[in-house]
Amino acid sequence: MKLTLKIWRQSEQKDPGRFETHCIDGVSEDSSFLEMLDQLNEQLLEEGVEPVAFDHDCREGICGMCSLTINGFAHGPENSTTTCQLHMRKFKDGDTITIEPFRARAFPVLRDLVVDRSAFDKIIQAGGFISVRTGSAPDGNALPIPKDESDQAMDAAACIGCGACVASCKNASAMLFTAAKAGHLNLLPQGKAEQEKRVLDMVSAMDGAGFGNCRNYGECSASCPKDISLDFISKLNRDHAKAKLKKLFS
Amino acid sequence: MSSLVKKYLMALSGIVLIGFVFVHMAGNLQVLLGQKAINSYAHTLQSLPLPILWGSRMFLFLSVVVHVVTAILLIKENRAARPVRNDVEVTKRTGWSSLNMGLTGSILFAFIVFHLLHFTIRLIHPEFGEWETRVGSPDNTEIHDVYRMILAGFNIDLVSVFYVVAMFLLCRHLAHGVSSTFQSLGLRSECWKGRLDLAAKGYAWIIFVGFSIVPVTVTAQKYGLFSLYDPDVFSTSALRP
Ligand code: HEM
Ligand code: FES
Repeated sequence: MKLTLKIWRQSEQKDPGRFETHCIDGVSEDSSFLEMLDQLNEQLLEEGVEPVAFDHDCREGICGMCSLTINGFAHGPENSTTTCQLHMRKFKDGDTITIEPFRARAFPVLRDLVVDRSAFDKIIQAGGFISVRTGSAPDGNALPIPKDESDQAMDAAACIGCGACVASCKNASAMLFTAAKAGHLNLLPQGKAEQEKRVLDMVSAMDGAGFGNCRNYGECSASCPKDISLDFISKLNRDHAKAKLKKLFS
Repeated sequence: MSSLVKKYLMALSGIVLIGFVFVHMAGNLQVLLGQKAINSYAHTLQSLPLPILWGSRMFLFLSVVVHVVTAILLIKENRAARPVRNDVEVTKRTGWSSLNMGLTGSILFAFIVFHLLHFTIRLIHPEFGEWETRVGSPDNTEIHDVYRMILAGFNIDLVSVFYVVAMFLLCRHLAHGVSSTFQSLGLRSECWKGRLDLAAKGYAWIIFVGFSIVPVTVTAQKYGLFSLYDPDVFSTSALRP
């Protein structure tokens, strides 16, 4: 395959950045998107051009490190797919592909396509945990949990924290991430005890990090590589309203 | 104010407005029943005890203020949250109505101001306020002739067009807004989303048709396409140039 790549280049956070166009030939249809970028970087090294920086780690769709906005879609146009799991056969020979970093004020670009997603860590630090005595492990099945609740909690826990929800949101809102992380714990008995404090703290950490306000478009869920459902946003809205009212009247 | 509290305010004020437009539309349709029906309905509303009349008006006004101020805050913050736009802006599922709530809302706001000046405060045609009649009066005293005012108002084509366009934008606003309200308040599930979206669209179109029917039929009668309204009143309702 022969491709034209329009890639965002930015030397550091303060650099305003610009697009650069590179042509690449001999791309295998079976290579992944990241392997295609590896190939480009080898070509750039030979040409004496600085290679393109991008994030990646597991390359098997489970760590949440890879990112990229490809032709305007976070993780590319395929549904339920991370960039590392996107294959070049989804593109056509001769295509021009636009590659941009995940864009949000809360995710500053560090270099080229690499963005700083530590704003997500701040949300987790605010309530994405349970406070328990970590002694001996409890007996298995000592705490019965209804099947559909544990299933729902597992669905929420599937979030890999990649930030595609923020990147695909026209308002750069982190609601889907926050809702998945809060919902996952709030659904289980171990997490329920701290539910009110958790939702209030996580939402205020989310707001404080500079993310936008959710407007119920649903682009996040449509772009999520793990198909996290909007139900969790609805649940967070509901749980937060209850916690807020309770705080107001106590 | 937290982002979610803003969504609750948007949704709660939205619910008030959703309810109001339905009642208002249903009330308006009485124009189709004739001079007596609409005049006596309007007279009944005007003669409500002052605390109820002004209480409802203030409540509606407050809802609009909350709705608009929160909308401005939301949009301002969201622009700041994404200062650099994508080179390619695409969506996977979001439609025009959802993306343009700010635009349709702003035009609706302009419409509301015009509409109040037109038929409520009657600054645009001060003579509207002076038209009185005994038709529809409960005790044979002179009451305001709302029927004639409406026929006269829509005698100007540009006004009718503006009303219909504004109601179309309201229809688009509601197509997103009604279902979105349930999500903002945490009352919607993915399983119900399809049904709520459908109900929202149905509601939005009912509102559009219900409101547009009066300006459209008045204009049609003006051009002699049919006669629904009382020809005697119709002939006196053409405005002084
Ligand atoms: C006065 C001018 C108006 C402005 C400036 C305005 C603006 C907006 C904006 C910006 C939103 C936010 C949508 C989002 O978050 O995506 C919204 C939502 C909404 N609006 Fe309006 N609007 C106006 C009038 C109305 C009217 C007349 C109605 C009802 C008849 C209405 C009903 C709603 C509803 C139900 C929502 C959804 C609330 C939610 O998402 O929870 N609005 N409006
Ligand atoms: S690199 Fe780990 S999910 Fe893509």
